[in-house]
Amino acid sequence: MNAILIIIRKEIRDGLRNRWVLAVTLLLAMFALSLGFLGSAPTGTVKVDPLTVTVVSLSSLSIFLVPLIAMLLSYDAIVGEIDRGTMNLLLSYPVARWQVIVGKFCGHLAILALATTGGYGLAGIALQLAHGGLDPAAWMPFLLLIAASILLGAGFLSLGYLISTLVRERATAAGIAIGVWLFLVVIYDMALLGALVADQGRIITAPLLNALLLLNPTDIYRLMNLTGYENIAMFSGMAGLSGQARLSMSTLLLAQVLWIAVPFALAALSFKRKSL
Amino acid sequence: MTKPHVQLRDASKIYGRQRAVDRVTLAVNPGECVVLAGHNGAGKSTLIKLILGLVRPDEGEVSLLDHPASGRGAARARRHIGYLPETVALHPSLTGAETLDFYARLKGLPTGDNAALLARVGIAQAAGRRVGGYSKGMRQRLALAQALLGRPRVLLLDEPTTGLDPASRLLFYEIVGELRAAGAGILLSTHALAELEGQADRVAVMRSGRKIADGTMGELRRSADLPVRIRVSLRPDRADHVPDGWRRLGPRRLERSCAERDKLAELRRAQAIEGIDDLEIETPGLDEMYAHFLRRDDS
Repeated sequence: MNAILIIIRKEIRDGLRNRWVLAVTLLLAMFALSLGFLGSAPTGTVKVDPLTVTVVSLSSLSIFLVPLIAMLLSYDAIVGEIDRGTMNLLLSYPVARWQVIVGKFCGHLAILALATTGGYGLAGIALQLAHGGLDPAAWMPFLLLIAASILLGAGFLSLGYLISTLVRERATAAGIAIGVWLFLVVIYDMALLGALVADQGRIITAPLLNALLLLNPTDIYRLMNLTGYENIAMFSGMAGLSGQARLSMSTLLLAQVLWIAVPFALAALSFKRKSL
Repeated sequence: MTKPHVQLRDASKIYGRQRAVDRVTLAVNPGECVVLAGHNGAGKSTLIKLILGLVRPDEGEVSLLDHPASGRGAARARRHIGYLPETVALHPSLTGAETLDFYARLKGLPTGDNAALLARVGIAQAAGRRVGGYSKGMRQRLALAQALLGRPRVLLLDEPTTGLDPASRLLFYEIVGELRAAGAGILLSTHALAELEGQADRVAVMRSGRKIADGTMGELRRSADLPVRIRVSLRPDRADHVPDGWRRLGPRRLERSCAERDKLAELRRAQAIEGIDDLEIETPGLDEMYAHFLRRDDS
């Protein structure tokens, strides 16, 4: 069997064993359900599928939660194994370093994908059943949400791996990971908003704003979910923005894939050069 | 003459301003057990990492089974090496059997022989339990088992017996002896030299990254020229007399040191001491030789 596959299998087994997958699945399902039931209370009489409303609130929540989970999974991936001494042993086997990092990344991504799909999927089914009948049409945005969440998670996994290969101490990695998370998830948007208000459209034009939004994976995620479907755009109050900021889905997708590929390539390079 | 399995030529590794390994030349031949002795921080672990390709040499060359140690060829050659790290670190959530299966697959080996290997190191009964719940000795045995996977041609053992109980230690040396007999080249680092007396074909002493001595036990002993101690016990009625050159140890015990070459003559003279009851000879052990080489290098 290929070394990468062996490492992927081991990572997934690790994730299942130490209850990572279970805990994250339950956490996501719980949040999705509570948002679904609470969020649909005001729309009770409106003829809107509960899933559509849930996508709006859930994507806002996922922006915080999924990157955090991805960071927690990944910041330790390389530096932790070096610290514990398991990396030296692993690299004494006929395995190349790129195989190690690719295998671990794919394993972590599988864990994240499993938990996201499981958690949100279960919640989605439960919500639709509770409101009578399964409506396949409402599932498209919901599936897009799940897919976009996995992509967002993959981006932050990549960033976490990059951090994990660059530092020498686990504590430093944890600190930087939380810092990066805070910056991209909270501070970036606040600063951008502040700049927009102060600027009054003089310097920051629509194309520039588009570019600025593409520089943050969480904004790409928001645009993917909230402007991807007309219904959703309307409910989320993003119809105005998406009218101006016309970024096509393929542009968004490309940008998000770059957010995964570039940090990961840098991480692999830095790991290859690392002295253990 | 067969080629050495492991070969270092003037290899250096520099961290910042410190030369962790300083122009070391060393070879490990097939069927040979080389002991790497030195204090903590003398560069033993870095030297082993150089051989494993975990760090690149800043100067000189390191080769493993005829491949440069940090190249692609060596990555494939690592199938034939076994490594026991200084601090045994295994994945706590896997069971003993799963751990061994994982490492066997990485070496491209069938996992069918693993049960026998676990039995060989004496942890067959714990194969289905998670490593997190193992005792230190059991973890060490499991780590030894992974190092033995696939009958390695080169064994690199970094302080393998620290913290082992006597039974595990005995088992360990038995297994090392078997592999050596089968033609494996073994490099073993330690600072407890005394227990290696019968195992080591060659001893290399490291100090501050440099190799300060290298040779067989006999060569080292001759070059160290450490004094031999002769001790005699006297009968109670003769205990008050101390001959010239002898030192009093206790009420009835005397001691004298002499050079290796004068040993026989001194022994004859000792037997002539009046009232002698018993006689002991103490030749310098590995630990003393080791201390001697480290001291000599200081001055």
